[in-house]
Amino acid sequence: MSMIKLEEDVSLVLCGEAGQGIQSVENIMVQALKMGGYHVFSTKEYMSRVRGGQNSTQIRASSKRVKAYRDRIDILVALSKGAIPHLEKRITENTLILGDEEVLQDLEEKYYNLLKAPFISKAKKLGGLIFSNVIAAGALSCIMGVDKEIFDELITLLFASKGEKILENDLKAGVEGYDIGKKILDSGRISIKIEKNPATGKEILINGTQAVGLGCISGGCKFISAYPMTPSSPLQVFMADNASEFEMVFEQAEDEIAALNMALGASYAGARAMTATSGSGFALMQEGVGLAGMIETPVVIYIAQRPGPAVGLPTRTAQEDLNLALYSGPGEFPRIIFAPGNFKDALELSHKSFNLAEKYQIPVFILSDQYMADIYYNLPSLDIEKLEVEDYIFETDTDYKRYLFTPDGISPRGIPGYGQGLVCVDSDEHDEEGHITEDLNLRTRMVDKRLKKMDKIRKEAVPGEFFSTSNSSAYTTLIMGWGSTYWPLKEALLEMDNDNLALLHLKQLYPLSSQAGELIKKAKKSVMFENNAQGQMAQLIQKETDLKIDHKVLKYNGMPFSVEEILAVLETLEEE
Amino acid sequence: MDPEIFEMENADIAWCPGCGDFLILKALKQALADLELGPEKLVLVSGIGQAGKLPHYLKSNVFNGLHGRSLSPATGIKASNPDMVVIDVSGDGCMYGEGGNHFMHTIRRNPDITNIVLNNMVYGLTKGQASPTSQIDFKTPFQVDGVFEEPFNPLAVAITLGASFVARTFAGDIPHMVEVLKKAIEHKGYSLVDIFQPCVTFNKVNTFTWFKENTYLMDDTHNPYLKIEALKRALEGNDGEGKFPLGIFYIKKGHPTFEENLSVYKKDKTPLFRRKVDKNKLKNLIDSKRGL
Repeated sequence: MSMIKLEEDVSLVLCGEAGQGIQSVENIMVQALKMGGYHVFSTKEYMSRVRGGQNSTQIRASSKRVKAYRDRIDILVALSKGAIPHLEKRITENTLILGDEEVLQDLEEKYYNLLKAPFISKAKKLGGLIFSNVIAAGALSCIMGVDKEIFDELITLLFASKGEKILENDLKAGVEGYDIGKKILDSGRISIKIEKNPATGKEILINGTQAVGLGCISGGCKFISAYPMTPSSPLQVFMADNASEFEMVFEQAEDEIAALNMALGASYAGARAMTATSGSGFALMQEGVGLAGMIETPVVIYIAQRPGPAVGLPTRTAQEDLNLALYSGPGEFPRIIFAPGNFKDALELSHKSFNLAEKYQIPVFILSDQYMADIYYNLPSLDIEKLEVEDYIFETDTDYKRYLFTPDGISPRGIPGYGQGLVCVDSDEHDEEGHITEDLNLRTRMVDKRLKKMDKIRKEAVPGEFFSTSNSSAYTTLIMGWGSTYWPLKEALLEMDNDNLALLHLKQLYPLSSQAGELIKKAKKSVMFENNAQGQMAQLIQKETDLKIDHKVLKYNGMPFSVEEILAVLETLEEE
Repeated sequence: MDPEIFEMENADIAWCPGCGDFLILKALKQALADLELGPEKLVLVSGIGQAGKLPHYLKSNVFNGLHGRSLSPATGIKASNPDMVVIDVSGDGCMYGEGGNHFMHTIRRNPDITNIVLNNMVYGLTKGQASPTSQIDFKTPFQVDGVFEEPFNPLAVAITLGASFVARTFAGDIPHMVEVLKKAIEHKGYSLVDIFQPCVTFNKVNTFTWFKENTYLMDDTHNPYLKIEALKRALEGNDGEGKFPLGIFYIKKGHPTFEENLSVYKKDKTPLFRRKVDKNKLKNLIDSKRGL
């Protein structure tokens, strides 16, 4: 049993059963810590059940910006007996475990760093187990030096809507929590030194879902139809929540098939439209993706990935649906696939998705995942100043032809009710006016017209972010990743501080910017990190550039890469 | 308005000679002309099948989508631009088979669209298989021992689900079709018009003569505002007993439409494509994430 000294960066983990309010603690803690002057990050992992099981949330508080998941646990609040076995692999002798006597009773002090804290027993006295979450949050806030006033304000904000009686009890729970926290500090078992910066209090605190949602709104989204499915539901909630304020239609469709078809109808009528889903929901949409391709109607499809196949692990994270998005829909037609890695990307690429879908009259995909959708961190702001909605709708004349042959394959897009012309779109092969044809020469010309758009799309492909600690191009090993692996990879690279290493984070997966091939060619060794079992992006790079990725690091157990895991891989690479 | 306005020059019509669809096309043009609804106001939406081709033979805006899915884009179109008159034209296979789920939920949603179903009790485009409305004992190359499934009763289902306008007419009676179609299009909310239509090539049982002998026109004694009465009439003709009634079965008054329920149109009827992003509101939303 030793004194634990924490400096600069603290990793707090809370673990308990579903229904115990772990989520509430996360909500309270990230806000409280940010308001208290720390940079903050949180991520949760949970089981697909309403009650029971073991769910945990990691909250990092730091003097520097922190945006990635780490295995390390400095302080663990165990609210259930199952918590410790659940997190066994991440617990070390440097982890201070806080919990009630009954939770800690079977654990041997020679293996664990235990400290009794009566979260549950105090909660029961207050009237129910549910108060244990606020008590725990209070204790942690106290340990972290968050002013009690800030904490109380937050509790009031979060629980006022639940009625006076409940609020009163939650405020009492906060007092109990701060008392426990003070006793923990007085025990001399722990000391925490993190420099505070009052500026963080004024920064914004959002999650990956909200970043995408803000991008969609800024992109002019006016119509969203979707079917609920984890982990895409949070985006659906965000859009529904903001529908009235931003003059959008949100509709819960009867299934994913209807969702995409409805969005295509809306888009045909001129509304910027999207749908949101996850793996097996998207599988149902593939027919509609083909329709979008054939009728050249813009649509944005948000896929929050989770492990598959079929229902897979509903609440876990993965990057397994790249191939599904890439090859979805019968036949051949152009498409764009984006995968944001940070919140700025999420905002800007989601915005861009709408402009590009309209410009090229194609489906555009935003690939996210559970990890990305659920993480929170603070940032100074999100700049929307330069995000303009580019208008590609054309007022039609009487002789309007929806599928007019043009040199670049892009026909001016008219919509019904705007101009004198008639707008005819058809899922069958069609002529320039949009009417059914079985003329095989015309068929070939129409396929060429549609695919011709890829030339321009390729030219304006968004390059990935290249990063090296030395800011030089003298790297020998090029580390690559896409989507949500961005921050874990970047944090690991910053920690390695090795001039031989550089990072290429891909934002547009398809079509790929020529930059990727150029950077890979310069490296002696290329390494791809992906949350899937087959290295789908590595395969896609090979297909697009003819270059083979030397080393694939694949994780597909449903959890994101932690910084430590990446560091371990990078260290091994160095030794090779 | 002259129905000629909807004439498609050089249309290569793919229907068989003598097909009931020609008569329905004619009646629809007449109904639209009578209502003074020009092509620019109109969006015809369809799925796949011989019925799904109809929009190509009538001058208007057209969304010819996927098999069974037509009601979804139709809903999206109307919800994005309520100024347009949206008419969905599908067949019995498209609407009641492949599109069954959308049929059910579109009725519940009650968008202001007209759903015309060309019901010939057979799959024509795929050469004569049973459809959900095929009658018991109907023999086909697939149903070699004859159909044994209970025929789908679209009218009874629609009434039960609260459809706000439910009617049936017959391709052999143009004046009746025109009258029913006009009322359906004028009706505010979802309206179903099931049209009995003989398939001259693949249905040798349910012919023009058969439909004439097995249907009757409802008279004034039927009150379309009574749900139970409507349901009773909708059950007539099933199980091979009695004749199928034709006419307007059910009208539900004062049922708010899908579009009317959308908050976006509560104060302002502007179509969505004319609405811009309010950057100040977006900035406020971002700023609201700064905390207390």
